[in-house]
Amino acid sequence: MNELSLFPRDLLAEMDRLQRRLMQAFDLSPSIRGFARGYPALNAGGTPESAEIYAFAPGLDPATIEVQVERGVLSISGERKSELPEADDKSTVHVNERFAGRFHRVVTLADDLDPNAVHARYRDGVLHVSIKRKAAARPRRIAVE
Amino acid sequence: MNANIQESATARRSGQPEPAALVPPVDVIEDASGITLYADVPGVPKDRLNLRVDGDTLIIEGEMALEIPRDMEATHVEVSVPRYRRVFTLSRDLDTENMSAELRHGVLKLRISKAEAARPRRIEVRAE
Repeated sequence: MNELSLFPRDLLAEMDRLQRRLMQAFDLSPSIRGFARGYPALNAGGTPESAEIYAFAPGLDPATIEVQVERGVLSISGERKSELPEADDKSTVHVNERFAGRFHRVVTLADDLDPNAVHARYRDGVLHVSIKRKAAARPRRIAVE
Repeated sequence: MNANIQESATARRSGQPEPAALVPPVDVIEDASGITLYADVPGVPKDRLNLRVDGDTLIIEGEMALEIPRDMEATHVEVSVPRYRRVFTLSRDLDTENMSAELRHGVLKLRISKAEAARPRRIEVRAE
């Protein structure tokens, strides 16, 4: 469940789309307690020039987030420290829903993406990775003479 | 949850439907002087976070502001709604006038002090 492809015809994405459509059709609330798919939740999309990946990873020190592209696979890993007090402290934990610990998520990249043109930015707890497509793969307008 | 803070199903009683929202995961920790609430609201900048106290109701709302290219087509979506909402009922022991909030890297840290009368006091035992 941790791997996903950026190909638009990807089966997982299709299933996701289908499920969302079903939920809309039955008017079920899309309200989700926490993020059911684990930490961090991922959204991905593409433009003619690039692929965009959004990892919803709040509460990290940006310097400790590891983003790697290796052999067509993007991996995002790191660790989130718990904010909960030590057991011998004079405090009580009433609710503990937030993720703590090490995480690792992997995205398979399409062949036309350039592993040397990766840009990662962490803002408001969202890691945004943008990967440019290889120049040859971008749609070009051919002038008609 | 404990008696000091309880989750509520709805914020408004007006009956008008609210837009769909994600329920942010929270941690709630109580100590002698108050409670600390952490909520994960990734993607929400400070100016789009809306914290309200209405009577004994605490409402946490936030809208995401992601940088998304205009011509992007989504191929995989796990976060499908761009906003968060969660509503809590606070006990009277909490002093809502004494509340502080911090938002850092998509985590809201909310501190609510206990009212003076509700704090545990240490009673000194004197030996005569």
